[in-house]
Amino acid sequence: MTLELFLQHMVNGISLGSLYALIAIGYTMVYGILRLINFAHGDLIMIAAYIAFYSVAIFSIPWYLSFIIAVLFTMALGIMIERSAYKPLRSSPRITVLISAIGVSFLLQNLGIVIFGGRPKPFQVPELFSKVYEIAGVNIVSITFFIPIITIVLLLGLIYLINKTKVGMAMRAVAKDYDTSSLMGIDVNKIISTTFGVGSGLAAVGGVMWSMKFPQLIPFMGVIPGLKCFIAAVVGGIGNITGAVIGGFLLGLGEILLVAFLPELSGYRDAFAFILLILILLLKPTGIMGEKIAEKV
Amino acid sequence: MMFRKRNALILLVTFLILSLIVAGCGGNKKEEPKKEDTETSEVIKIGVFEPMTNANAAGGAMEVEGIQLANDLYPEVLGKKIKLVIADNKSDKVEAANAVTRLVEKEKVVAIIGSWGSSFSMAAGPIVKENKIPAVAASATNPLVTKGNDYYFRVCFIDPFQGKVMANYAFNQIGAKKAAIIKEVSNDYAVGLAKFFSDEFVKLTGDPKSIVANVDYQTNDQEFSAQLQAAAQANPDVIFAPGNFTESALIIKQAREQGIDIPIIGGDTWEAPEFLQIGGEAVEGAVFSTFFTSEVPITKESEKFLAEYRKKYNEEPSSVAALGYDAYLVIRAAIEKAGSTDPVKIRDEIAKTKDFVGAAGIITLDENGDAVKSAVIKKVENGKFVYQATVEPSK
Repeated sequence: MTLELFLQHMVNGISLGSLYALIAIGYTMVYGILRLINFAHGDLIMIAAYIAFYSVAIFSIPWYLSFIIAVLFTMALGIMIERSAYKPLRSSPRITVLISAIGVSFLLQNLGIVIFGGRPKPFQVPELFSKVYEIAGVNIVSITFFIPIITIVLLLGLIYLINKTKVGMAMRAVAKDYDTSSLMGIDVNKIISTTFGVGSGLAAVGGVMWSMKFPQLIPFMGVIPGLKCFIAAVVGGIGNITGAVIGGFLLGLGEILLVAFLPELSGYRDAFAFILLILILLLKPTGIMGEKIAEKV
Repeated sequence: MMFRKRNALILLVTFLILSLIVAGCGGNKKEEPKKEDTETSEVIKIGVFEPMTNANAAGGAMEVEGIQLANDLYPEVLGKKIKLVIADNKSDKVEAANAVTRLVEKEKVVAIIGSWGSSFSMAAGPIVKENKIPAVAASATNPLVTKGNDYYFRVCFIDPFQGKVMANYAFNQIGAKKAAIIKEVSNDYAVGLAKFFSDEFVKLTGDPKSIVANVDYQTNDQEFSAQLQAAAQANPDVIFAPGNFTESALIIKQAREQGIDIPIIGGDTWEAPEFLQIGGEAVEGAVFSTFFTSEVPITKESEKFLAEYRKKYNEEPSSVAALGYDAYLVIRAAIEKAGSTDPVKIRDEIAKTKDFVGAAGIITLDENGDAVKSAVIKKVENGKFVYQATVEPSK
């Protein structure tokens, strides 16, 4: 393998990995604070992508406005989902909420089919993100530069929010103990809504980025990213935001390099992700970043 | 707090009711002729199972358009109305088996049309065979759909021929000596077609090593850069990439983004508007084989089909629409000849189909239940599928 080709594979891996990382952050943040695996996370990606698509297609507004609308709408939807599907179950066993999350996921997918239709829609990628640059024999699409930057910025922003702000402090308190924190004068409902709002907003950013990299929208488009990024979050140590980013990069690079070095195994790319999940669960169930830091989130 | 909870509940309920209304509207359209159900004996039901949602939705939708047009133009047989019962197989093999079981057991259809995608037809095969309900596939090209199954027929050619056509194109038109294959490994159609292409290409070049790379991907995959690099690394003159239209469009797009400018060719599944919309400029020059072209009407029925199709849908028909139309006509003619709605008798008449004038050519079914037909080669030019050549089966 030439150096050029290896670099090309690395670029492709980082590009895919940063996308996984971006989506995994939202997953892990909601888990870290609420101990709930929000299985509808992947479907919020889908909703965000369709909102961005339709706001350009129907109202022909500029793309950056459509992205903002997609994020805001998805945040609102996330909060609404929490209020209607998770909040009534807050005192029930955790498994009940998990099943409710799976139900929400199916509801969103099937609503997607009814409202948006089953045929794939082409996502219009703004030129800014679709230009191809050739640097030292390596071809890079400009979106590849944006995704890691956005991921890192959001990661830092999130760490700041959780560790340095009052809301963040409240989030950490709620993560430790609902009842006690409400006794301490924290509006638990508000904090949980905020968590879901931020988590859904992250999903929306992920969804918009995903559809710019893979400009094809179908109502089930969130399933695979949802699963893969869940794996990334678990690998990194679910509940740990930095871990999710590491897990995402690991998964993306692993998938690409597996095919790069062993092309005969290309059909087993998805299996790689799941094997990684099984191995992590067997060897280090708390993930790479471990439980200790996860507690802090 | 209480107020908020109630608010949320009201929101949820509104949401659900809204979704029910929307769903209800969608359902109503399909079941419009329900009133006639009361007079069941007056209606002959033909089942249609196609991918209406998920990965292959566009293929199914186009095929159904053709079938519905045929139903509009020829709504009756034996003095009774023909009612189409459309079932969605959700682009999934398990759902395909479920959909066909429902058509057979619950809807009591006398014959079945479908499905786009050989995998789904193959999943349905044992069910139609067991229940003795004849099925006619419109565009499923894998030989295993009809092989060993007396109840499955098709109105299109099969993949050994299509693989030959594309291997010949690669060898003679592109001048390729080495080829790489990128196939959708979870799709029986793509796996079969890749094999037939390889066999013929090796025969043509006389070099058993002329297939220099062979990489796979899964249905619904969206990231292909590693596979593309692995294929390009072997330095092929052409890449053969049989698979679903959306994945294929993304493959070509990503290949061009990665600076890979090797010609990429494929099979009949590429002929969907989504291939052009998603692929955009990247798919310019992509070449594939298919069944039919609206540029060269083959029969009188083709002319009728083209005129009526343009009138009804206001666009150019795809090949699979013409084939769906033909599948319906073949079944209708068989019911007429059988003079009965007994599925076994209908099956016997379908098997005897000879020199039947369809929209996508003359249909004569061989002993396997396959139609022997010419193939058409199309190329993407200026965002449109442009007719290139016709290849006769004798070649």
